[in-house]
Amino acid sequence: MDIEEHFFRHEFGRIVATLTRLFGVRNIALAEDVTQDAFCRAMETWKLRGLPKNPSSWLMATARNRALDILRRERTTRVYEPELTRFLESEWTLVPTVEEAFSTHAVKDSQLRMMFSCCHPRLSEDAQIALILHILCGFSVKEIAQAFVSSYAAIEKRITRAKKILAESRNLFDLADADFPSRLTSVLQALYLLFNEGYHGSSPEAALRMELCQEAMLLMNLLIEQPALVSPQAYALAALMYLNAARLPSRLDGAGNLVSFFEQDRSLWNHNLIADGQALLNLSASGTELTKYHIEAAIASMHTSAARSEDTDWNQIVSLYDMLMAIHPSPVIALNRAIAIAQLDGPERGLQAIRAIHDLHRLSSYPFYPAALGELELRMGNYPVAKTQFSAALSLARNPMERNFLQRRIDTCSES
Amino acid sequence: MPASPEEMQKKTTKWMTWLKDLSDKGHVKALGEPLQPNGKVVKGTTKKQVIDGPYAEAKDVVGGYSIIMAKHIEQAVDLSLGCPIFEDGGSVEIRPIGQLD
Repeated sequence: MDIEEHFFRHEFGRIVATLTRLFGVRNIALAEDVTQDAFCRAMETWKLRGLPKNPSSWLMATARNRALDILRRERTTRVYEPELTRFLESEWTLVPTVEEAFSTHAVKDSQLRMMFSCCHPRLSEDAQIALILHILCGFSVKEIAQAFVSSYAAIEKRITRAKKILAESRNLFDLADADFPSRLTSVLQALYLLFNEGYHGSSPEAALRMELCQEAMLLMNLLIEQPALVSPQAYALAALMYLNAARLPSRLDGAGNLVSFFEQDRSLWNHNLIADGQALLNLSASGTELTKYHIEAAIASMHTSAARSEDTDWNQIVSLYDMLMAIHPSPVIALNRAIAIAQLDGPERGLQAIRAIHDLHRLSSYPFYPAALGELELRMGNYPVAKTQFSAALSLARNPMERNFLQRRIDTCSES
Repeated sequence: MPASPEEMQKKTTKWMTWLKDLSDKGHVKALGEPLQPNGKVVKGTTKKQVIDGPYAEAKDVVGGYSIIMAKHIEQAVDLSLGCPIFEDGGSVEIRPIGQLD
Protein backbone atom coordinates (compact mmCIF):
# COMPACT_ATOMS: atom_id res chain seq x y z
CA MET A 1 0.00 0.00 0.00
CA ASP A 2 1.34 3.42 -0.92
CA ILE A 3 1.28 6.48 1.28
CA GLU A 4 -1.25 9.03 0.08
CA GLU A 5 0.32 12.08 -1.57
CA HIS A 6 1.44 14.73 0.97
CA PHE A 7 0.01 12.57 3.77
CA PHE A 8 2.88 13.36 6.16
CA ARG A 9 2.62 17.10 5.54
CA HIS A 10 -1.11 17.22 6.13
CA GLU A 11 -0.98 15.03 9.23
CA PHE A 12 1.82 17.23 10.53
CA GLY A 13 -0.45 20.29 10.41
CA ARG A 14 -3.32 18.43 12.07
CA ILE A 15 -1.15 17.13 14.91
CA VAL A 16 0.71 20.40 15.57
CA ALA A 17 -2.63 22.24 15.79
CA THR A 18 -4.06 19.62 18.15
CA LEU A 19 -1.01 19.59 20.42
CA THR A 20 -0.87 23.38 20.47
CA ARG A 21 -4.50 23.34 21.60
CA LEU A 22 -3.44 21.14 24.55
CA PHE A 23 -0.06 22.63 25.39
CA GLY A 24 -1.07 26.23 24.77
CA VAL A 25 0.18 28.49 22.01
CA ARG A 26 3.13 29.62 24.15
CA ASN A 27 4.40 26.02 23.93
CA ILE A 28 4.09 25.76 20.16
CA ALA A 29 7.77 24.75 19.90
CA LEU A 30 7.04 21.78 22.18
CA ALA A 31 4.04 20.86 20.00
CA GLU A 32 6.28 20.90 16.93
CA ASP A 33 8.96 18.79 18.66
CA VAL A 34 6.45 16.18 19.78
CA THR A 35 4.98 16.04 16.28
CA GLN A 36 8.42 15.69 14.70
CA ASP A 37 9.18 12.90 17.17
CA ALA A 38 5.97 11.05 16.25
CA PHE A 39 6.95 11.29 12.59
CA CYS A 40 10.46 9.96 13.27
CA ARG A 41 8.89 6.97 15.03
CA ALA A 42 6.49 6.44 12.16
CA MET A 43 9.31 6.56 9.64
CA GLU A 44 11.54 4.15 11.58
CA THR A 45 8.70 1.67 12.06
CA TRP A 46 6.90 1.93 8.73
CA LYS A 47 10.01 1.71 6.62
CA LEU A 48 10.56 -1.85 7.91
CA ARG A 49 7.05 -2.95 8.87
CA GLY A 50 5.17 -1.29 6.03
CA LEU A 51 2.18 0.97 6.39
CA PRO A 52 -0.17 0.25 9.32
CA LYS A 53 -3.89 -0.29 8.59
CA ASN A 54 -4.79 3.24 9.55
CA PRO A 55 -1.68 5.42 9.27
CA SER A 56 -3.49 8.53 10.47
CA SER A 57 -4.71 6.88 13.69
CA TRP A 58 -1.26 5.38 14.25
CA LEU A 59 0.35 8.84 14.12
CA MET A 60 -2.37 10.43 16.21
CA ALA A 61 -2.08 7.70 18.86
CA THR A 62 1.71 8.08 18.98
CA ALA A 63 1.42 11.85 19.41
CA ARG A 64 -1.39 11.46 21.97
CA ASN A 65 0.63 9.02 24.14
CA ARG A 66 3.66 11.27 24.00
CA ALA A 67 1.48 14.26 24.94
CA LEU A 68 0.13 12.34 27.95
CA ASP A 69 3.70 11.49 29.08
CA ILE A 70 4.72 15.14 28.88
CA LEU A 71 1.58 16.46 30.56
CA ARG A 72 2.07 14.03 33.45
CA ARG A 73 5.80 14.59 33.82
CA GLU A 74 5.83 18.34 33.40
CA ARG A 75 2.52 19.06 35.04
CA THR A 76 4.04 21.47 37.53
CA THR A 77 6.95 22.88 35.53
CA ARG A 78 5.13 24.26 32.53
CA VAL A 79 2.20 26.56 32.02
CA TYR A 80 -0.27 25.04 29.56
CA GLU A 81 -3.32 26.28 27.71
CA PRO A 82 -5.14 28.49 30.25
CA GLU A 83 -8.58 27.23 29.18
CA LEU A 84 -7.55 23.61 29.80
CA THR A 85 -5.12 23.84 32.71
CA ARG A 86 -7.53 22.68 35.39
CA PHE A 87 -8.53 19.64 33.32
CA LEU A 88 -4.92 18.71 32.72
CA GLU A 89 -4.00 18.93 36.40
CA SER A 90 -6.00 15.95 37.63
CA GLU A 91 -5.43 12.42 36.40
CA TRP A 92 -9.24 11.99 36.44
CA THR A 93 -9.74 14.55 33.71
CA LEU A 94 -6.35 14.42 31.96
CA VAL A 95 -6.98 11.35 29.77
CA PRO A 96 -10.52 12.31 28.67
CA THR A 97 -9.37 15.87 27.91
CA VAL A 98 -6.50 14.63 25.74
CA GLU A 99 -8.74 12.02 24.06
CA GLU A 100 -11.30 14.71 23.29
CA ALA A 101 -8.63 16.97 21.75
CA PHE A 102 -7.73 14.16 19.33
CA SER A 103 -11.33 13.55 18.19
CA THR A 104 -12.02 14.31 14.53
CA HIS A 105 -14.21 17.28 15.32
CA ALA A 106 -11.73 18.80 17.80
CA VAL A 107 -8.78 18.37 15.41
CA LYS A 108 -10.60 20.39 12.75
CA ASP A 109 -11.54 23.01 15.31
CA SER A 110 -7.89 23.30 16.40
CA GLN A 111 -6.77 23.64 12.77
CA LEU A 112 -9.26 26.47 12.24
CA ARG A 113 -8.22 28.23 15.43
CA MET A 114 -4.59 27.89 14.39
CA MET A 115 -5.40 29.35 10.98
CA PHE A 116 -7.01 32.37 12.60
CA SER A 117 -4.10 32.66 15.04
CA CYS A 118 -1.61 32.70 12.13
CA CYS A 119 -3.39 35.76 10.71
CA HIS A 120 -2.43 37.86 13.71
CA PRO A 121 -2.83 41.61 13.02
CA ARG A 122 0.77 42.26 14.04
CA LEU A 123 2.00 40.05 11.19
CA SER A 124 2.42 41.13 7.58
CA GLU A 125 0.47 39.21 4.92
CA ASP A 126 3.71 37.55 3.79
CA ALA A 127 4.43 36.41 7.35
CA GLN A 128 0.88 35.12 7.81
CA ILE A 129 1.12 33.02 4.65
CA ALA A 130 4.57 31.67 5.56
CA LEU A 131 3.29 30.73 9.01
CA ILE A 132 0.19 28.99 7.62
CA LEU A 133 2.30 26.99 5.19
CA HIS A 134 4.82 26.09 7.87
CA ILE A 135 2.52 25.18 10.75
CA LEU A 136 -0.72 24.05 9.09
CA CYS A 137 0.55 22.66 5.80
CA GLY A 138 3.80 21.13 7.09
CA PHE A 139 6.12 22.91 4.62
CA SER A 140 9.74 23.24 5.76
CA VAL A 141 11.51 26.60 5.60
CA LYS A 142 13.39 25.35 2.54
CA GLU A 143 10.17 24.34 0.76
CA ILE A 144 8.56 27.73 1.47
CA ALA A 145 11.68 29.53 0.25
CA GLN A 146 11.45 27.53 -3.00
CA ALA A 147 7.75 28.25 -3.44
CA PHE A 148 8.24 31.99 -2.98
CA VAL A 149 11.60 32.29 -4.76
CA SER A 150 13.04 33.71 -1.59
CA SER A 151 16.23 32.96 0.31
CA TYR A 152 16.27 30.39 3.07
CA ALA A 153 17.59 32.97 5.53
CA ALA A 154 14.82 35.48 4.74
CA ILE A 155 12.02 32.92 5.20
CA GLU A 156 13.62 31.49 8.33
CA LYS A 157 13.80 34.96 9.85
CA ARG A 158 10.20 35.69 8.86
CA ILE A 159 8.92 32.46 10.40
CA THR A 160 10.98 32.74 13.59
CA ARG A 161 9.71 36.24 14.20
CA ALA A 162 6.13 35.28 13.35
CA LYS A 163 6.22 32.30 15.71
CA LYS A 164 7.48 34.53 18.48
CA ILE A 165 4.51 36.86 18.04
CA LEU A 166 2.17 33.88 17.86
CA ALA A 167 3.62 32.42 21.08
CA GLU A 168 2.95 35.67 22.89
CA SER A 169 -0.80 35.21 22.39
CA ARG A 170 -2.62 34.01 25.47
CA ASN A 171 -4.29 31.15 23.64
CA LEU A 172 -5.31 30.00 20.17
CA PHE A 173 -7.75 32.44 18.57
CA ASP A 174 -11.24 31.91 19.96
CA LEU A 175 -13.71 31.58 17.09
CA ALA A 176 -16.40 33.14 19.29
CA ASP A 177 -14.25 36.24 19.85
CA ALA A 178 -15.70 39.67 19.06
CA ASP A 179 -12.78 40.21 16.63
CA PHE A 180 -13.91 37.24 14.54
CA PRO A 181 -15.26 39.21 11.52
CA SER A 182 -12.11 41.29 11.06
CA ARG A 183 -9.87 38.27 11.60
CA LEU A 184 -11.93 36.34 9.04
CA THR A 185 -11.17 39.08 6.50
CA SER A 186 -7.43 38.60 7.10
CA VAL A 187 -7.74 34.82 6.86
CA LEU A 188 -9.59 35.07 3.54
CA GLN A 189 -7.02 37.51 2.16
CA ALA A 190 -4.16 35.16 3.19
CA LEU A 191 -5.87 32.18 1.55
CA TYR A 192 -6.58 34.28 -1.55
CA LEU A 193 -2.91 35.27 -1.83
CA LEU A 194 -1.82 31.68 -1.22
CA PHE A 195 -4.12 30.45 -3.99
CA ASN A 196 -2.97 33.19 -6.37
CA GLU A 197 0.66 32.42 -5.68
CA GLY A 198 -0.09 28.90 -6.87
CA TYR A 199 -2.22 30.02 -9.82
CA HIS A 200 -0.29 32.94 -11.27
CA GLY A 201 2.76 32.72 -9.09
CA SER A 202 6.35 33.55 -9.72
CA SER A 203 7.74 30.18 -8.68
CA PRO A 204 10.52 28.73 -10.83
CA GLU A 205 9.32 25.28 -9.86
CA ALA A 206 6.07 24.38 -11.58
CA ALA A 207 5.13 21.44 -9.38
CA LEU A 208 4.91 23.50 -6.22
CA ARG A 209 2.41 25.93 -7.71
CA MET A 210 -0.45 23.45 -8.00
CA GLU A 211 0.30 22.35 -4.45
CA LEU A 212 -0.19 25.88 -3.14
CA CYS A 213 -3.63 26.01 -4.81
CA GLN A 214 -4.49 22.66 -3.26
CA GLU A 215 -3.36 23.76 0.20
CA ALA A 216 -5.39 26.97 -0.03
CA MET A 217 -8.45 24.93 -1.03
CA LEU A 218 -8.02 22.38 1.78
CA LEU A 219 -7.86 25.22 4.33
CA MET A 220 -10.82 26.92 2.66
CA ASN A 221 -12.78 23.65 2.93
CA LEU A 222 -12.12 23.51 6.68
CA LEU A 223 -13.81 26.87 6.92
CA ILE A 224 -16.80 26.26 4.66
CA GLU A 225 -17.55 23.00 6.50
CA GLN A 226 -18.62 25.24 9.40
CA PRO A 227 -21.65 27.15 8.07
CA ALA A 228 -21.88 29.16 11.30
CA LEU A 229 -18.50 30.76 10.53
CA VAL A 230 -18.96 31.42 6.83
CA SER A 231 -19.79 34.82 5.39
CA PRO A 232 -20.96 35.45 1.80
CA GLN A 233 -17.47 36.70 0.93
CA ALA A 234 -15.97 33.41 2.19
CA TYR A 235 -18.31 31.48 -0.13
CA ALA A 236 -17.31 33.84 -2.94
CA LEU A 237 -13.61 33.17 -2.34
CA ALA A 238 -14.25 29.41 -2.23
CA ALA A 239 -16.17 29.69 -5.53
CA LEU A 240 -13.30 31.64 -7.08
CA MET A 241 -10.83 28.93 -6.04
CA TYR A 242 -12.98 26.04 -7.30
CA LEU A 243 -13.79 27.65 -10.65
CA ASN A 244 -10.19 28.63 -11.35
CA ALA A 245 -8.79 25.31 -10.09
CA ALA A 246 -11.17 23.53 -12.49
CA ARG A 247 -9.25 25.09 -15.40
CA LEU A 248 -5.76 24.32 -14.05
CA PRO A 249 -5.38 20.99 -15.91
CA SER A 250 -5.67 22.77 -19.29
CA ARG A 251 -3.12 25.47 -18.52
CA LEU A 252 -0.19 23.14 -19.17
CA ASP A 253 0.26 20.76 -22.11
CA GLY A 254 1.69 17.26 -21.83
CA ALA A 255 5.24 18.63 -21.93
CA GLY A 256 4.59 21.06 -19.08
CA ASN A 257 4.35 24.14 -21.33
CA LEU A 258 1.91 26.99 -20.65
CA VAL A 259 -0.99 26.92 -23.09
CA SER A 260 -2.55 30.18 -24.29
CA PHE A 261 -6.12 30.76 -23.09
CA PHE A 262 -7.57 30.34 -26.58
CA GLU A 263 -5.81 27.05 -27.23
CA GLN A 264 -6.68 25.38 -23.92
CA ASP A 265 -8.39 22.02 -24.23
CA ARG A 266 -11.65 22.59 -22.38
CA SER A 267 -12.38 18.87 -22.20
CA LEU A 268 -9.64 18.70 -19.54
CA TRP A 269 -11.57 20.95 -17.19
CA ASN A 270 -12.68 19.40 -13.93
CA HIS A 271 -16.46 19.42 -14.10
CA ASN A 272 -16.94 18.40 -10.48
CA LEU A 273 -15.01 21.48 -9.39
CA ILE A 274 -17.04 23.63 -11.78
CA ALA A 275 -20.34 22.31 -10.36
CA ASP A 276 -19.14 22.81 -6.77
CA GLY A 277 -17.78 26.26 -7.61
CA GLN A 278 -21.07 27.28 -9.18
CA ALA A 279 -22.97 26.07 -6.08
CA LEU A 280 -20.62 28.07 -3.86
CA LEU A 281 -21.11 31.13 -6.07
CA ASN A 282 -24.86 30.81 -5.55
CA LEU A 283 -24.33 30.59 -1.78
CA SER A 284 -22.22 33.75 -1.92
CA ALA A 285 -25.10 35.75 -3.40
CA SER A 286 -26.50 37.04 -0.14
CA GLY A 287 -25.89 39.96 2.15
CA THR A 288 -25.20 43.50 1.03
CA GLU A 289 -21.47 43.51 0.46
CA LEU A 290 -20.06 42.95 -3.04
CA THR A 291 -16.41 41.98 -2.62
CA LYS A 292 -13.56 41.45 -5.08
CA TYR A 293 -13.99 37.72 -4.46
CA HIS A 294 -17.57 37.88 -5.72
CA ILE A 295 -16.55 39.64 -8.93
CA GLU A 296 -13.49 37.51 -9.58
CA ALA A 297 -15.59 34.38 -9.00
CA ALA A 298 -18.20 35.73 -11.43
CA ILE A 299 -15.49 36.29 -14.07
CA ALA A 300 -14.17 32.75 -13.51
CA SER A 301 -17.73 31.48 -13.89
CA MET A 302 -18.12 33.33 -17.22
CA HIS A 303 -15.12 31.37 -18.49
CA THR A 304 -16.21 27.98 -17.18
CA SER A 305 -19.71 28.39 -18.60
CA ALA A 306 -18.44 28.96 -22.15
CA ALA A 307 -18.18 25.66 -24.00
CA ARG A 308 -15.69 27.12 -26.52
CA SER A 309 -13.43 30.16 -26.14
CA GLU A 310 -15.37 31.91 -28.93
CA ASP A 311 -18.57 31.51 -26.87
CA THR A 312 -17.14 33.65 -24.05
CA ASP A 313 -19.37 36.58 -23.07
CA TRP A 314 -16.67 39.27 -23.24
CA ASN A 315 -19.24 42.04 -22.89
CA GLN A 316 -20.22 40.71 -19.47
CA ILE A 317 -16.57 40.14 -18.52
CA VAL A 318 -15.63 43.74 -19.39
CA SER A 319 -18.51 44.96 -17.17
CA LEU A 320 -17.29 42.76 -14.33
CA TYR A 321 -13.76 44.17 -14.71
CA ASP A 322 -15.25 47.68 -14.61
CA MET A 323 -16.89 46.80 -11.28
CA LEU A 324 -13.68 45.28 -9.99
CA MET A 325 -11.72 48.42 -10.95
CA ALA A 326 -14.30 50.51 -9.10
CA ILE A 327 -13.91 48.69 -5.78
CA HIS A 328 -10.35 47.44 -6.07
CA PRO A 329 -8.34 49.44 -8.62
CA SER A 330 -5.01 47.88 -9.56
CA PRO A 331 -2.85 48.00 -12.70
CA VAL A 332 -2.93 44.19 -13.00
CA ILE A 333 -6.74 44.22 -13.03
CA ALA A 334 -6.66 47.11 -15.51
CA LEU A 335 -4.41 45.04 -17.76
CA ASN A 336 -6.82 42.09 -17.61
CA ARG A 337 -9.68 44.46 -18.37
CA ALA A 338 -7.79 45.76 -21.44
CA ILE A 339 -7.33 42.20 -22.69
CA ALA A 340 -11.08 41.58 -22.31
CA ILE A 341 -11.75 44.83 -24.23
CA ALA A 342 -9.47 43.58 -27.03
CA GLN A 343 -11.59 40.43 -27.22
CA LEU A 344 -14.76 42.46 -27.38
CA ASP A 345 -13.76 45.42 -29.60
CA GLY A 346 -10.54 44.33 -31.28
CA PRO A 347 -6.80 44.63 -30.57
CA GLU A 348 -6.57 48.37 -31.31
CA ARG A 349 -9.09 49.21 -28.56
CA GLY A 350 -7.24 46.84 -26.27
CA LEU A 351 -3.94 48.64 -26.89
CA GLN A 352 -5.63 51.99 -26.20
CA ALA A 353 -6.98 50.63 -22.91
CA ILE A 354 -3.49 49.45 -21.92
CA ARG A 355 -1.99 52.86 -22.73
CA ALA A 356 -4.71 54.47 -20.59
CA ILE A 357 -3.72 52.55 -17.43
CA HIS A 358 -2.63 55.44 -15.25
CA ASP A 359 -0.14 53.70 -12.96
CA LEU A 360 1.42 51.71 -15.80
CA HIS A 361 4.91 52.09 -14.32
CA ARG A 362 3.92 49.63 -11.58
CA LEU A 363 3.82 46.92 -14.25
CA SER A 364 7.40 47.57 -15.38
CA SER A 365 8.68 44.22 -14.08
CA TYR A 366 5.48 42.26 -14.77
CA PRO A 367 6.15 39.95 -17.75
CA PHE A 368 2.47 39.78 -18.75
CA TYR A 369 2.45 43.53 -19.48
CA PRO A 370 4.82 43.43 -22.49
CA ALA A 371 3.41 39.97 -23.31
CA ALA A 372 -0.11 41.47 -23.60
CA LEU A 373 1.22 44.29 -25.80
CA GLY A 374 3.01 41.69 -27.94
CA GLU A 375 -0.14 39.59 -28.27
CA LEU A 376 -2.26 42.53 -29.44
CA GLU A 377 0.43 43.86 -31.83
CA LEU A 378 0.70 40.34 -33.24
CA ARG A 379 -3.05 40.31 -33.91
CA MET A 380 -2.75 43.67 -35.66
CA GLY A 381 -0.07 42.13 -37.89
CA ASN A 382 2.73 44.34 -36.51
CA TYR A 383 5.19 41.45 -36.29
CA PRO A 384 8.46 43.35 -35.59
CA VAL A 385 6.80 45.40 -32.78
CA ALA A 386 5.19 42.26 -31.37
CA LYS A 387 8.54 40.48 -31.42
CA THR A 388 10.21 43.34 -29.50
CA GLN A 389 7.46 43.20 -26.85
CA PHE A 390 7.69 39.42 -26.46
CA SER A 391 11.47 39.73 -26.14
CA ALA A 392 10.98 42.31 -23.36
CA ALA A 393 8.57 39.92 -21.66
CA LEU A 394 11.08 37.08 -22.05
CA SER A 395 13.71 39.08 -20.17
CA LEU A 396 11.22 39.48 -17.27
CA ALA A 397 9.99 35.88 -17.29
CA ARG A 398 10.22 34.16 -13.91
CA ASN A 399 10.33 30.47 -14.72
CA PRO A 400 11.08 28.05 -17.57
CA MET A 401 7.38 27.65 -18.34
CA GLU A 402 6.98 31.37 -18.98
CA ARG A 403 10.25 31.48 -20.94
CA ASN A 404 9.24 28.57 -23.20
CA PHE A 405 5.84 30.11 -23.80
CA LEU A 406 7.29 33.52 -24.74
CA GLN A 407 10.01 31.97 -26.89
CA ARG A 408 7.31 30.22 -28.92
CA ARG A 409 5.48 33.55 -29.37
CA ILE A 410 8.74 35.14 -30.58
CA ASP A 411 9.15 32.26 -33.04
CA THR A 412 5.59 32.84 -34.31
CA CYS A 413 6.45 36.55 -34.96
CA SER A 414 9.61 35.58 -36.85
CA GLU A 415 7.73 33.07 -39.01
CA SER A 416 4.91 35.49 -39.85
CA MET B 1 18.01 20.62 10.52
CA PRO B 2 15.34 17.91 10.84
CA ALA B 3 13.84 16.46 7.68
CA SER B 4 10.57 18.03 6.50
CA PRO B 5 7.41 15.89 6.52
CA GLU B 6 7.55 15.69 2.72
CA GLU B 7 11.18 14.49 2.83
CA MET B 8 10.32 11.94 5.52
CA GLN B 9 7.45 10.66 3.42
CA LYS B 10 9.73 10.26 0.39
CA LYS B 11 12.30 8.40 2.47
CA THR B 12 9.72 6.11 4.06
CA THR B 13 8.28 5.36 0.62
CA LYS B 14 11.73 4.48 -0.74
CA TRP B 15 12.30 2.00 2.08
CA MET B 16 8.87 0.46 1.69
CA THR B 17 9.41 0.12 -2.06
CA TRP B 18 12.83 -1.50 -1.58
CA LEU B 19 11.56 -4.01 0.98
CA LYS B 20 8.46 -4.76 -1.06
CA ASP B 21 10.62 -5.48 -4.08
CA LEU B 22 12.81 -7.87 -2.03
CA SER B 23 9.69 -9.44 -0.61
CA ASP B 24 8.07 -9.90 -4.04
CA LYS B 25 11.21 -11.71 -5.17
CA GLY B 26 10.95 -14.06 -2.19
CA HIS B 27 13.99 -12.79 -0.33
CA VAL B 28 12.32 -11.59 2.86
CA LYS B 29 12.10 -14.05 5.74
CA ALA B 30 11.03 -11.39 8.26
CA LEU B 31 10.60 -7.68 7.68
CA GLY B 32 12.29 -7.07 11.02
CA GLU B 33 11.92 -4.34 13.55
CA PRO B 34 13.41 -0.93 14.22
CA LEU B 35 15.62 -0.85 17.31
CA GLN B 36 15.11 1.90 19.88
CA PRO B 37 18.16 4.12 20.23
CA ASN B 38 18.28 3.71 24.02
CA GLY B 39 19.36 0.46 25.66
CA LYS B 40 21.84 -1.14 28.01
CA VAL B 41 25.14 -2.94 27.70
CA VAL B 42 25.88 -5.59 30.29
CA LYS B 43 29.45 -6.89 30.64
CA GLY B 44 31.92 -8.34 33.11
CA THR B 45 32.84 -11.87 34.16
CA THR B 46 31.93 -12.04 37.82
CA LYS B 47 30.94 -8.53 38.69
CA LYS B 48 28.51 -7.36 36.01
CA GLN B 49 28.63 -3.82 34.80
CA VAL B 50 25.51 -2.28 33.25
CA ILE B 51 26.01 0.82 31.14
CA ASP B 52 23.65 2.87 29.04
CA GLY B 53 23.75 2.67 25.26
CA PRO B 54 24.37 3.73 22.57
CA TYR B 55 27.35 1.49 22.34
CA ALA B 56 29.33 3.07 19.57
CA GLU B 57 29.60 6.28 17.66
CA ALA B 58 26.12 7.57 16.87
CA LYS B 59 26.57 6.89 13.17
CA ASP B 60 27.33 3.22 13.82
CA VAL B 61 24.26 2.59 15.95
CA VAL B 62 22.15 -0.22 14.54
CA GLY B 63 18.77 1.30 13.68
CA GLY B 64 16.93 -1.90 12.81
CA TYR B 65 17.17 -5.28 11.19
CA SER B 66 15.51 -7.42 8.58
CA ILE B 67 15.97 -11.13 7.97
CA ILE B 68 16.44 -11.92 4.31
CA MET B 69 17.04 -15.13 2.41
CA ALA B 70 19.97 -15.43 0.07
CA LYS B 71 21.90 -18.31 -1.48
CA HIS B 72 25.20 -16.99 -0.20
CA ILE B 73 26.61 -13.90 1.40
CA GLU B 74 27.57 -12.41 -1.98
CA GLN B 75 23.94 -12.49 -3.04
CA ALA B 76 22.96 -10.89 0.27
CA VAL B 77 25.47 -8.11 -0.43
CA ASP B 78 23.91 -7.64 -3.88
CA LEU B 79 20.42 -7.42 -2.37
CA SER B 80 21.58 -4.76 0.09
CA LEU B 81 22.83 -2.45 -2.66
CA GLY B 82 19.37 -0.94 -3.23
CA CYS B 83 18.91 -0.05 0.43
CA PRO B 84 18.02 3.66 0.86
CA ILE B 85 20.23 3.85 3.97
CA PHE B 86 23.27 4.58 1.77
CA GLU B 87 21.69 7.90 0.68
CA ASP B 88 22.05 9.13 4.25
CA GLY B 89 25.63 7.95 4.61
CA GLY B 90 24.59 4.87 6.57
CA SER B 91 25.82 1.33 6.13
CA VAL B 92 24.42 -2.17 6.04
CA GLU B 93 25.97 -4.95 8.05
CA ILE B 94 25.32 -8.43 6.72
CA ARG B 95 25.56 -11.38 9.10
CA PRO B 96 24.68 -14.95 8.21
CA ILE B 97 22.21 -16.73 10.49
CA GLY B 98 22.61 -20.48 10.73
CA GLN B 99 23.85 -22.69 7.90
CA LEU B 100 25.31 -21.32 4.71
CA ASP B 101 25.14 -23.59 1.70
